[in-house]
Amino acid sequence: MANIVPAIELKGISKHFGSVMANKNVDLTVNKGEILAILGENGSGKTTLMNMISGIYYPDEGQIFIDGKEVTIRSPKDAFDYKIGMIHQHFKLIDVFTAAENIVLGIEEKGRYDIKKATAEIQKTCDKFGFVIDLNKKIYEMSVSEKQTVEIIKVLYRGADILILDEPTAVLTPQEITKLFAVLKNMREHGKSIVIITHKLNEVLEVSDRVSVLRKGEYIGTINTAEADANSLTQMMVGKKVTLNIDRTEPENSVDRLKVEGINCRNREGQFVLHDISFTAKSGEILGIAGISGSGQRELLEAIAGLQKLDSGDIFYMDPETGKTEDLRNKTPMQIRQLGVRLSFVPEDRLGMGLVGNMDIIDNMMLRSYRKGHSAFLERKEPKNLAERIIKDLEVITPDAHTPVRRLSGGNVQKVLVGREIASSPTVLMVAYPVRGLDINSSYTIYNLLNEQKKSGVSIIFVGEDLDVLIELCDRIMVISSGGISGIVDARTTTKEELGILMTTSGGEKNG
Amino acid sequence: MADLTKKHEPLIRLSKNDDLAPWKAWCIRLGAVAVSILLCAGIVVLLTDINPIEFFKEMIDGSFGSTRKFFKMLQEVAILLCISLAVTPAFKMKFWNTGAEGQVLVGALATAACMKYLCNSISGLPLFLVMFICSVLAGMVWGIVPAFFKAHFKTNETLFTLMMNYIAIQLVAFMIAVWVPSGSQVVGVINRETKIGWLPDLFGQKYIINVIIVLVITLVIYIYLRYSKHGYEISVVGESENTARYIGINVKKVILRTMAVSGAICGIAGFLLVAGTDHSISTETAGGDGFTAIMVSWLAKFNPFVMMVTSFIISFLRIGAGEIASSFNLNESVAEILTGIIIFFIIGSEFFINYKVNFRTKQAKEHTEVKQIEESKEGTK
Repeated sequence: MANIVPAIELKGISKHFGSVMANKNVDLTVNKGEILAILGENGSGKTTLMNMISGIYYPDEGQIFIDGKEVTIRSPKDAFDYKIGMIHQHFKLIDVFTAAENIVLGIEEKGRYDIKKATAEIQKTCDKFGFVIDLNKKIYEMSVSEKQTVEIIKVLYRGADILILDEPTAVLTPQEITKLFAVLKNMREHGKSIVIITHKLNEVLEVSDRVSVLRKGEYIGTINTAEADANSLTQMMVGKKVTLNIDRTEPENSVDRLKVEGINCRNREGQFVLHDISFTAKSGEILGIAGISGSGQRELLEAIAGLQKLDSGDIFYMDPETGKTEDLRNKTPMQIRQLGVRLSFVPEDRLGMGLVGNMDIIDNMMLRSYRKGHSAFLERKEPKNLAERIIKDLEVITPDAHTPVRRLSGGNVQKVLVGREIASSPTVLMVAYPVRGLDINSSYTIYNLLNEQKKSGVSIIFVGEDLDVLIELCDRIMVISSGGISGIVDARTTTKEELGILMTTSGGEKNG
Repeated sequence: MADLTKKHEPLIRLSKNDDLAPWKAWCIRLGAVAVSILLCAGIVVLLTDINPIEFFKEMIDGSFGSTRKFFKMLQEVAILLCISLAVTPAFKMKFWNTGAEGQVLVGALATAACMKYLCNSISGLPLFLVMFICSVLAGMVWGIVPAFFKAHFKTNETLFTLMMNYIAIQLVAFMIAVWVPSGSQVVGVINRETKIGWLPDLFGQKYIINVIIVLVITLVIYIYLRYSKHGYEISVVGESENTARYIGINVKKVILRTMAVSGAICGIAGFLLVAGTDHSISTETAGGDGFTAIMVSWLAKFNPFVMMVTSFIISFLRIGAGEIASSFNLNESVAEILTGIIIFFIIGSEFFINYKVNFRTKQAKEHTEVKQIEESKEGTK
């Protein structure tokens, strides 16, 4: 780090989509042989900015300099010519090809295509940087972490000197993250420049040399990581001081509300997506569900909500008003409601499942209630009142209640959805990744709403991905792994490492 | 690195244009119509020696030249509007019903059969009722069959409904062969003498009843889609099947019910065509309106009242093109070519509504030019 030489310089970069300014007059410098973190909340324009360097988008204004020379990057191919490689958040690999085949894909070479020779070449790259991977393994047989490794090797093999990683840790376990960071540091030793896009403060502090912060598309500033701490970075990101603690109360008068007993569920290929799952959710507590994404979280919630057919097992609901126990197994959402079960569900896919993007807020309120009454026609007065109440109480930022929800920002969409689900005064509230894509302030609004519901005696099932948040917010955490439960722990005493190990140990028996 | 520095900004870039004001969008559409008419005029004037002013006069004359022409135009608009209304509920549900042509034909066939077989036993209002109900049922069946397979086996509805068209056409051809043993393939006017099963004239004009019935349907469909629970369910299923399942809508039921409605209204269009307009039937009775209706509905963004405008524009242009072809003694195909050009422009204009075309800015151009000059200088050194 003795002599600092810039690898990429951006000057006055702007990009807008329609009327939305994604980037406004951004200046940024990436030096040779450093790890630069680009920090910003969701929607602050981090990915857009990097996409302009990697040739996905073309800037409306501004200049890009590489090694001091002005360049024009029109396509990912151009970016590769300048030795820039990007690893996208959603991997761009072909499932039925092997790792080696994916890596050589798209490289133009004269003469006959020789996969054996190419594989040997790739192996050299792997050895140089210390990657351990089977290059003849097919992508669909790989774990998320292995796929990410393939993506990294792909850009290195093409001779990239500048690597851009978009939210590389989002899908990894704590152990895998540690491994990834070691790889990044190793690449830095080889003189590569690395840019990681992230919104997680602790990762920034752990791995980067410098941090550049973006807020609402604008460049805020760059500081050396050694001089930064979580509070100063948050302040740069959000623009004002925020207090980051969740107020966790002890559960009161907790009684069993939902009892899941040995449920099994198979997908179309006949593999178990849920295997022998049993647990109890209690009133007045938040039960967290942790696990690598795709371990059966979605199927479990959908099974309880009546959207997933079960092979076997039972789901019992203890009605607090009548004291009766109802079996919800294989009932449709309609039948569950008719039983008087007040079950609310905030699904992972907000605009694709929980709401209808093209409808306005009022019509989205109606989703739950439009059947009321015997008239063949709709009644929009009550939903309108509800919409206006939610806009006011949850501080939803929208021109009015007639705005289509897809035009709202991620945080406001989630407020509308959570607001509607809470409005039906549920006794069980299931939420899946409720703060994904939300800015810090909106996230805390959601946590507070959940805590309020908990205090009023609702049984909350919270599927989350941020282990820090799960540990801070929940009362108990259930870890699931490949469709089975690998452990239920007390959130007040557990650690991230313990959860990380449970996430990768197989839950229950594998299907034979 | 030498070749890399030569890269410059692409000449044309496209960007999404989400928030275009509706009036601007309509300006673009009307502009496209104007350009297409000018192009048509240019082609016709170039190929023949017709005066351009004559061209436009004939175009307008086609629809407004006489009272008879005006009412003929009104009935064309009404039928096109009726079929457009029919496909709209299905389209809102994202069920791509390309089978309106066949659904209209079977409706027409049902009416014609009633006129042929029942004219000796009943007449007047009871006959109209039977004709109407039979057409509705026939259209409904033609709509429900593909819906059933879509709902239960996830078959592709576009292909399925399209194939059903051919079955309908062959069915009509078969019935014509039964009714006309001579094999002339033309049924001729049914009940020419008695006029049994003909919708009566109103205010001394034919087709008025057609227009009134279609206006009523327009209003009903508008209310159905916007204010009824069924209409709401259609929107939810169309926007996202997952959301529909999530809130407990029976998706299969909605698909079947909506296609029944869609087919039924097509059946009504068939009834109006035979009882009100043609008093006859052929495989050409629907005349491609089943496909044109898709465009009418789409251009109107599925709003029944806007469809009144779009169906008028399309009919007006189509009749105008036909009028030009016939009054200047041009070949029939000329009308089809002209209509084709106009429709191509209308559909093409949607691209310019959804996307903005950015040309390379002058500044950037100069910049690269300077660079290239500098490079060439360096080269000569």
